[in-house]
Amino acid sequence: MMQLTDWTPIILSVRVALIAVVTVTCLGLPLARLLARRDFLGKDVLEAVITLPMVLPPSVIGYGLLILIGKNGIIGQKLEALGISIVFTWWAAVLAAIVVSFPLMYQSARAAFKSVDVNYEKAARTLGAGELKIFFAITLPLAMPGIISGVVLSFARAMGEFGATLMVAGNIPGQTQTIPLAIYFAVDSGDEATARTLVAIITVFSFMVIYWVNRWAKRQNY
Amino acid sequence: MLEAKINKKLMFFTLDIEFQVNNEILVLWGDSGAGKTTVLQCLAGLEKPSSGIIKLNNNKLYSYKDRIDISTKDRNVGYLFQDYALFPHLTVMQNIMFGIKAKGKAARLLNPAELLRSFGIMHLTSRYPRQLSGGEKQRAALVRALVTQPQLLLLDEPLSALDKKTRINLRKELKELHKQWQIPFILVTHDEEEARFLGDKVINIRKGKAKQMNLQKITSA
Repeated sequence: MMQLTDWTPIILSVRVALIAVVTVTCLGLPLARLLARRDFLGKDVLEAVITLPMVLPPSVIGYGLLILIGKNGIIGQKLEALGISIVFTWWAAVLAAIVVSFPLMYQSARAAFKSVDVNYEKAARTLGAGELKIFFAITLPLAMPGIISGVVLSFARAMGEFGATLMVAGNIPGQTQTIPLAIYFAVDSGDEATARTLVAIITVFSFMVIYWVNRWAKRQNY
Repeated sequence: MLEAKINKKLMFFTLDIEFQVNNEILVLWGDSGAGKTTVLQCLAGLEKPSSGIIKLNNNKLYSYKDRIDISTKDRNVGYLFQDYALFPHLTVMQNIMFGIKAKGKAARLLNPAELLRSFGIMHLTSRYPRQLSGGEKQRAALVRALVTQPQLLLLDEPLSALDKKTRINLRKELKELHKQWQIPFILVTHDEEEARFLGDKVINIRKGKAKQMNLQKITSA
């Protein structure tokens, strides 16, 4: 049963999810830190926009991305003029994964930063520490359990992305066919063996990641 | 010597206080929500007054008129937080070294080992805050605040988290500590007896209004 002739969907999925998670972490952490402790006009609107992809149907996100990066899209046209085409390449899959996983990273990181008692930061200030040192030596380590769970959730979401990916990256075996797409089309074409193997791999993998993270988070209780 | 005149608009009232402290213990005494902690936070630069002036040993830390507002990290003011605010992910030693590392080699700093010994917590250096009792936490937080050689020590309800026996012991220790350090201490408490025991000067704060108390008067009250 466990026979897989084509490993590219797995390699591609991991590659897409890794790039997406790194991007989402680098963008999400500073933004979450900024918005966790600051109030300004329009903050609620901004937060709603950031969270929107979490609740929108994937097809809406896919369509939105096509408007942006499609061959005749707002950004797509300009890229086309430079000879760059993103749509129906695996970079489009990365882009879709980033958009859908960003809200999860942002929400987890914001909650994590908010949960850090401000008195620790104040105490650090009275001890002569600058803001950068406070962030890296106090705030970040104390927020780490929440941030890690954000990383895991967004990684899982990026791995599982299907609808938007299908619309902007298509289903090109070996190029843009990620695990969820491969499963769908394997079932569609009656290739039960491939579908089962891929389902087993992604289920076991996801279980192990969540199990490990939960155990780790338990040990980080201060 | 510390001279302060602080005016700060708060949600429900305006905090208005003026005082001078030599190397003595000033107690700010009053009910919770009266604005006592806000005074400490203004002195430390963690909050900004609406107007006023703060001068520590002739250095202006804050002046509304001259638009001076020295940042907290450069004020050289020690602060003992109500729940001690020991960093939970660092050991006692790492907590204490935090201030030393932050201030760098330029600052004239004390030998932490000596201070730890004098506070009787040398054996606790590798423990985490969650493994300490209330009294031990307070000692560790005091060492952390004092090791950077502050010119002013602020103590926010330093004894309220402790049981009665520990409280009475530590009260004496605080007084003893002040004699050794010879810097102004400003201590916030809601406890009248504590105010009477510790304060060289006592200021009562009620809804932001400050009134200097005659010690005799509190004793008889």
